[in-house]
Amino acid sequence: MARSKLERILQSGSFAVTAEVGPPKSCNAAFVRKKGNLLRGYADAFNVTDNQTAIVRMSSIAAGIVLQQEGLEPVIQMTCRDRNRIALQSDVLGVAALGIPNILCLTGDHQSFGNHPEAKNVFDLDSIQLIHTVRTMRDEGRFICGEEMKVRPDVFIGCVENPFADPFPFRVTRLKKKIEAGAQFVQTQCVLEMERFRRFMEMVCEQGLHERAAVLAGVMPIKSARMARYMQKNVAGMMVADDICERLEKAQDVQEEAINIVVEQIAQIREIPGVRGIHIMAVAWEEVVPEIVRRAGLYPRPVTEIE
Amino acid sequence: MIVGELKPVEEIVAKVKGYSRILVVGCGGCVTVCQTGGAREAETMAHLLGMALRDLHVSLDWTCVARQCEFELLEELKPRLASFDAILSLACGVGVQAVAEFFPSSPVIPGLNTTFMGMPVRHGRFEERCQACGDCILDLTAGICPVARCSKSLLNGPCGGSQNGKCEISAEVECAWHLIYERLERLGRLDNLERLVLPKNWAKSRDGGPRRMVREGLVPDGEE
Repeated sequence: MARSKLERILQSGSFAVTAEVGPPKSCNAAFVRKKGNLLRGYADAFNVTDNQTAIVRMSSIAAGIVLQQEGLEPVIQMTCRDRNRIALQSDVLGVAALGIPNILCLTGDHQSFGNHPEAKNVFDLDSIQLIHTVRTMRDEGRFICGEEMKVRPDVFIGCVENPFADPFPFRVTRLKKKIEAGAQFVQTQCVLEMERFRRFMEMVCEQGLHERAAVLAGVMPIKSARMARYMQKNVAGMMVADDICERLEKAQDVQEEAINIVVEQIAQIREIPGVRGIHIMAVAWEEVVPEIVRRAGLYPRPVTEIE
Repeated sequence: MIVGELKPVEEIVAKVKGYSRILVVGCGGCVTVCQTGGAREAETMAHLLGMALRDLHVSLDWTCVARQCEFELLEELKPRLASFDAILSLACGVGVQAVAEFFPSSPVIPGLNTTFMGMPVRHGRFEERCQACGDCILDLTAGICPVARCSKSLLNGPCGGSQNGKCEISAEVECAWHLIYERLERLGRLDNLERLVLPKNWAKSRDGGPRRMVREGLVPDGEE
């Protein structure tokens, strides 16, 4: 049986729920525990971001261990921005040695977004090469150089894809490349433009990719109309539908409307063929996740046999 | 060509302080073409520094050699050097180092920042094109280099930050992979992008340490 609870839930055919937990800009483990406990029971696994937007934070592996100590299953995000192939492979071994069963491979935001724009970036590997590396380590017991290892890292391998980036047709090709490299589950960029996501999923299904990897659609509750407009205009790789902005602008109770929107989106996403779960990115608003999951009818979460 | 940019005059002034007789040396190669380190700029720099350092009684003169990156072309500087206690080189980093190596006892100060290998895309505007990674793959990428022109040097296509043909770092920066995609589409070779490109051998790049190249047939007999 799979070591990863997320993998078991997807295998069982249940609609999966993952949520994001951003580590703090300090070494405050209590903060990670508090965030984790707030979400306990409302998601099957918890993504721990890796210095997201290139801002220095507690390491994703360390924060993942704190969550694991609380009994939550982490998905360790690993980006290619800050580590070369030596460090990445070493951390893959470390993650597996600590008993964490999920790794999500990403390219990583450029360092110019963060709080150390003068940093030297690495990008020795790209995300697709990282996926391939983790798969080769796990399935063939080999490092990139070809040398063999005695104990292989038993991890469930994830990737991301952004249906809202360009060139649009390449987004499906890229997902296919990632799946061929070894990705078993996919979390998408936040779906805030449903039509584009529908078209993306149609293409994914046409190529049969939904059967080769589990697609989890990203969702994000947006706390204010200003934030929605900002993301619509200024955040590279995001698309925000006008009606979302307008609804938030007109709402009496903006936060209530934000939750309504996400809950409606989840209902629509569940109708789209090929989608097998959602990934909730409630950045700086984690406390709202339980209500979203309840109102979306996704609570309680299924219990898998190992538990 | 190698593109260089003049350092701010204040920075150069700070670097040459303490010397009393300075020879500004321009280079007739790449930096003449980009009009930052040629004869004209050397003359202007000598005048500017002369004014800035007037109160310190610093004497300045200028000259220009055909290329600072070849020892034999530096010969002509030899007779003049006795009258100067420092050289301000307006060449790229290669030229500055050649001057330093050729004149072991003369202090050499760089007047330019060597910025990149590139080309003029329109008058007065230069862009980076090559990073000398040592293992050219331009055939696979439709003649557009992702190592030099993608902000993350990705090898398997654009990241999730590519939108409307622009890179996530700035609306001013074109996404190299978007350009590659469009050109491959025109050439009917989009299948190139479906292939998994394995990790690159960066040992052929700067990461392998300073590089050397031996051109067979040009090395004099008996030498290696």
